[in-house]
Amino acid sequence: MIEINHLSKSFKGVDVLKDISANFYPSKLNFIIGRSGQGKSVLTKCMIGLLEPEVGSIVYDGKDLMQMTSDDRRQLRQDMGVLFQGSALFDSMTVEENVMFPLTMFSNLTRKEKLMRVDQALERVNLTGRNQLFPAELSGGMKKRTGIARAIIMNPKYLFVDEPNSGLDPATSIVIDNLIKEITYDLGTITIVVSHDMNSVFEISDHIHFVHQGKMEWQGNKLELLQTKNEAINDFVFPSNYMKEVKENLKEFYKLH
Amino acid sequence: MSGVLANFGRYFLLMKEVFSRPEKRKIYRPMVVAEIMKIGIQSVGIVALLSFFMGAVVTLQTSANIESGWIPKWTVGYTTRQTMIYEFSSTIMALVLAGKVGSNIASEIGTMRISEQIDALDIMGVNSASYLILPKLIAAFIIFPFLVLMGMTVGVMAGAFVGTFTGAISTNDFVYGIQYSLDTFGIVYALIKGQFFSFLLTTIPAYHGYYTHGGALEVGKSSTKGVVYSMIAVMVANYVITQILLL
Repeated sequence: MIEINHLSKSFKGVDVLKDISANFYPSKLNFIIGRSGQGKSVLTKCMIGLLEPEVGSIVYDGKDLMQMTSDDRRQLRQDMGVLFQGSALFDSMTVEENVMFPLTMFSNLTRKEKLMRVDQALERVNLTGRNQLFPAELSGGMKKRTGIARAIIMNPKYLFVDEPNSGLDPATSIVIDNLIKEITYDLGTITIVVSHDMNSVFEISDHIHFVHQGKMEWQGNKLELLQTKNEAINDFVFPSNYMKEVKENLKEFYKLH
Repeated sequence: MSGVLANFGRYFLLMKEVFSRPEKRKIYRPMVVAEIMKIGIQSVGIVALLSFFMGAVVTLQTSANIESGWIPKWTVGYTTRQTMIYEFSSTIMALVLAGKVGSNIASEIGTMRISEQIDALDIMGVNSASYLILPKLIAAFIIFPFLVLMGMTVGVMAGAFVGTFTGAISTNDFVYGIQYSLDTFGIVYALIKGQFFSFLLTTIPAYHGYYTHGGALEVGKSSTKGVVYSMIAVMVANYVITQILLL
């Protein structure tokens, strides 16, 4: 489990995160949603250790990230898989080398064993046979899938996914969503997805965390989201008349009042 | 002023990261070889070309400026040798390579920063500073002495060739000049300077690339800063090393 307790972070006197607390459980798809500039990325960066919060704790399975030595952090990071918004593939490496990279750095497997693991990961993300392509030769969806293969190659306990559907067409977005869902349930990861895509939220989320003006404004599941009276999240998720109509239809579909 | 000090502090902290806890050493070997190719072998052409013309021009200018009959002709060879060994082969070549290699390093690392590739390395638990900068530094350290020696040799040979070809000086006078009062410490001095410059030429652009924020425009700015500041650092280091070693 990942526990965030009373987390606060500011930049140049501006409070970006204000007393945020949340829990994230294994085999669950946790979505962090919110408007741009409300603190979602800062929260995620604090969680993966790229930023240091001023107050609060981030506890990974009983171990506080803030109290860890640099060696402990290195060890923890090998249990993390991260899919970046732009995939962050290494331009000078092929798909195979990109996916193999964490194994090369942190395992003592033979080249044959590593290649086997890479092939398995590529098969899982439907990129079999694309081993020798370079990132520049891949489509947006293929880059995301390569990024996912690299993120899961070490069988991570914690999977962080930043805007998985940005720049993708709706059909490819669904493929990526389903892949993330499948991996979460198969590997039992604690998956944290930062997203603006409400289709993904309603399609695959188990738990939703709404960050608004640096605070954890609302938490719940998608059925609770349909019923909540919280103005801020309603304005964010159902901003137009069309979305309000969708909400009513969904409530009717789920027989909610 | 505080900005300058902050930059110095950040630079030295980055260097501490570069030299601390290297990842698996066997991973570094192919990276160092690749960097030797990029930084060194791919610079052989430009170093040879510039050395050739610099040697030729120094020979012709010295010859043209010696009007007095009291000054022996072999001074042309002597001057060419001294210029090529003491300044051109290390300092001028370092300035040229600051443009070629420095901009390449700053833009490569800067692009990796803005496309989150460096974040990806950090998240994986890789010491990104060491992984990205140390192979370049080792490669430059290995290849620079060869470039310095090549610069000296090509420059002096070009001087002999052009001097003879144009009739500015006879081969015998030129050869006598380059042998006159030969002190091998000059070569050692140039090699020592070259090693210091190789450090500055790789780490300063790498520093500017590593701390790039923003987009393509900022990568361009980092590249420019990397080149300009490494050139300034080379000139300052040149003065300090000369003062220490020659006076």
